[in-house]
Amino acid sequence: MPQRVSIFVTCIVDQLFPNAGMAMATVLERLGFSVDFPEAQTCCGQPAFNSGYRDEARTVAEHTLKVLDGADYVVVPSGSCTSMMSHHYEELFAADEPELAAAQRLSPRIYEFSRFLTEVANVEDVGAKFDAIATYHDSCHALRELKIRDAPRRLLAHVRGLELREMDAAEECCGFGGTFSVKFAGVSGGMARTKIESILRTGASTVISIDSSCLMQLQGAISREGLPIRTMHLAEVLASR
Amino acid sequence: MRAREAILRDVRRNLGRDAGEAPATPPPARICIPEIPREERIASMLERVAALAGRTLHAHSTSEVLDYVAERTRGAASVASNAPFLRQMGITALPGVESGFTDERNLREACSRVEVGITSADYALADTGTLVMIASPAEARLVSLVPPAHIAVLPAERVLTGLDELFALHPLPAGETSSMVLITGPSRTADIEQILVRGVHGPGEIHVVIVD
Amino acid sequence: MSATFDRKIEATLADSRLQLAIYKATGRLMSHRKTAVDSAVLPEYQELRTQANAIKRHTIENLDWFLEEFERNVLAHGGHVHWCRTATEVADVVLGIAKRREASLIVKSKSMTTEEIDLNERLEHHGLESVETDLGEYIIQLKHERPYHIVAPALHLTRYDVAHVFEEKLGVANETEIENQTMIARRVLRDKFLRADIGISGANFLIADSGAVVLVENEGNARLTTSAPKVHIAVAGMEKLIPRAQDLATFLKLLGRSGTGQALTVYTSFLSGPRREGEVDGPEEFHVVLLDAGRTKLLADPDKRQSLYCIRCGACLNHCPVYRKIGGHSFPWVYSGPIGAIITPQFHGVQSEPGLPFASSLCGACAEVCPVKIDIPKILLELRAEVKAEEKHHAINQAERAAFRMFAYVASRPRLWQRATKLAARFGPRGQGYVKKVPGFMNVGPVRAWLSQRDLPAPAEKSFREMWKERQGR
Repeated sequence: MPQRVSIFVTCIVDQLFPNAGMAMATVLERLGFSVDFPEAQTCCGQPAFNSGYRDEARTVAEHTLKVLDGADYVVVPSGSCTSMMSHHYEELFAADEPELAAAQRLSPRIYEFSRFLTEVANVEDVGAKFDAIATYHDSCHALRELKIRDAPRRLLAHVRGLELREMDAAEECCGFGGTFSVKFAGVSGGMARTKIESILRTGASTVISIDSSCLMQLQGAISREGLPIRTMHLAEVLASR
Repeated sequence: MRAREAILRDVRRNLGRDAGEAPATPPPARICIPEIPREERIASMLERVAALAGRTLHAHSTSEVLDYVAERTRGAASVASNAPFLRQMGITALPGVESGFTDERNLREACSRVEVGITSADYALADTGTLVMIASPAEARLVSLVPPAHIAVLPAERVLTGLDELFALHPLPAGETSSMVLITGPSRTADIEQILVRGVHGPGEIHVVIVD
Repeated sequence: MSATFDRKIEATLADSRLQLAIYKATGRLMSHRKTAVDSAVLPEYQELRTQANAIKRHTIENLDWFLEEFERNVLAHGGHVHWCRTATEVADVVLGIAKRREASLIVKSKSMTTEEIDLNERLEHHGLESVETDLGEYIIQLKHERPYHIVAPALHLTRYDVAHVFEEKLGVANETEIENQTMIARRVLRDKFLRADIGISGANFLIADSGAVVLVENEGNARLTTSAPKVHIAVAGMEKLIPRAQDLATFLKLLGRSGTGQALTVYTSFLSGPRREGEVDGPEEFHVVLLDAGRTKLLADPDKRQSLYCIRCGACLNHCPVYRKIGGHSFPWVYSGPIGAIITPQFHGVQSEPGLPFASSLCGACAEVCPVKIDIPKILLELRAEVKAEEKHHAINQAERAAFRMFAYVASRPRLWQRATKLAARFGPRGQGYVKKVPGFMNVGPVRAWLSQRDLPAPAEKSFREMWKERQGR
């Protein structure tokens, strides 16, 4: 009897990088999970929270908590959205509010995708094949809030045909940071370019991350420079056969 | 209201504390002293000093010590501190070595003039290559500071494992001295273009002699 | 953000030499730190951080107690304690001592606290010569500039800048060799040390059970400043207290390694009181100035008072990808980098530079390396909320507020959200991958800002939602 998992796809994957979401669903189904997509989902509310609009973040969080309430597992193709829901939702509600209890119920059941695979599905080899020389970018929320560092690398190590090279600046921020990317565009762009220089030093043609916002930032800068590098979400690599 | 009273009043108000309210039990000080045999401590000390571009000698006799110090002080004016150990080693009797200063002005003048300052040391810390200098009638501050070269000569039993052991032995240095200085290598700076230069204010040349 | 902040950032980003200098210097400090705290070298590193945080928490939560204990012990060892609320009061204390001692020459060792209160300027205004003796600080004093970085004040200067200012201010003909420049400074300052009437230092730590001041340095100028002149005045923020001398076994292991990768800096001085009976040298007078200047204000907020745990190691600056691009002089106050970003609004109000808490991607690298575990990203998020609350109160930045209110309204109504996203995608250049340009009417605000630096992804041909529906056969 397959376990049931619910996808929280994230607004950015839904609108801009839907293939990452479909790839994630594919991998989960191949592993025998029954995947559902609660249609009423919208956004985790992080843009409002990070911009200092806590009331607005609460409104969105309340809705999201309702949508996800009762799910056995929620799997998310993003570290930053996961940590918003698993770590920061509790900061939005006072002790006496029912939403706090809902947030506390959600927290242990919501997983970033790579962590779900290694810790719940208990797999490292999903049978993927992807011929490329690639490097992995550690997205900050995943790395530092969720402590995700090894799981994606272990999963990628089992992808046939994939040569994974570490870049010297793997743990440095890509410069997205939500509205930071537009409020401090010059700095953000500079950070992306520094990251790209590190990527170029590896000789990799593909950059992989678990966060589409990072990939958007990096691919945007790569595209602007006209460089022969592509960015891919971990899910897309793992779904490749 | 004086500043003192105003500050304390505001601190208490903002912390929600009453005057004279004793704090809860503090976290105990973390003191962890490893077990390291003497020979290893000495070796570690000298290795660390050498890694910092200090010169070292592990001496097994007084004559070894004297030869080493004499070599450096030959033709170079020197000041030695009043540490009894230096006298025991015969260092204060070497030609060109002035010692026995008890007047600050004279000491300052001499230290400004000479090339080498010679001291003992109260302790050495093996894990970091550090000399511990406690100011006293025997050890003045300026001798290890003003001349461009510093030689420290100390007996091996004073080599401790590290800071934890030092503070275990001396939990309250202020009870004994106005100044305890930890010296770890020669004076240095990298303030201009991150390029390392030694001997900017303190001695640029240091020697550590440990005597069995 | 203010136009000033924006301008300074732009100027720094445009200076490629400076960019390289900042990146290399901070990169080197990062690398040294990493080696020094590696688990093979310092297996107890995380334990020490936890301990340091616990000790600082205990001290700050009971600060009045430790201030009084500290004062008792300073007095017991023959020293004096001065409590100062403001910068002016500090200057008055120093001027009073200088007058009594008929002093004219002061030497200073590095102290961010004295920079904070513009002490040199105030003393010079009253006819005293106050000379910085840390090499980097000396150079920037000659140039009338602020320090660029907590640990490397002259990071932004080249040897040619130094040659130029030495020529201008010291009359030394064009000397560009760094070693020679250092020796020139050594000679000039040696004379000052030995003639100075008063030595002023900061304090890395104040030790409550000892009445002691601890100074950490590599050059030897702090030792000379506090040993040669007859009077030593240590100026310290009240928050520098730790309870016991024994706690140094924890803090000293963290400070050097975190800041520069050194197990210990070259000199650590533990100073308490004037010279004791029988000591040959050392000051006759020992003064500690305890500075408030807004620190009591920071104590009021239980979530943010951890900002006062800072031991000024500089690690957060070195690891901050934003600092590494914008440098120290882009910041509005003497404290820069992540620590500057969280304390500046607390000391001066969020409106003093409303952009400051937002000048971060919240990457968390600072919190990861902070030896005393200050949760900097959390505080930045709280400050952002405070900025927006202020803006709401003053009815400014209404357009952004309205946008987020609309976002919250739409994002809590699924059908409205679906219609809105479909509509937005229709306007955008759908399914075109990354685009370099958008139609004029769209090229505004955030879209324009994004496009100034990188290409923009167009909405996908079909959203995930649409693909999922199709796949489920509906």
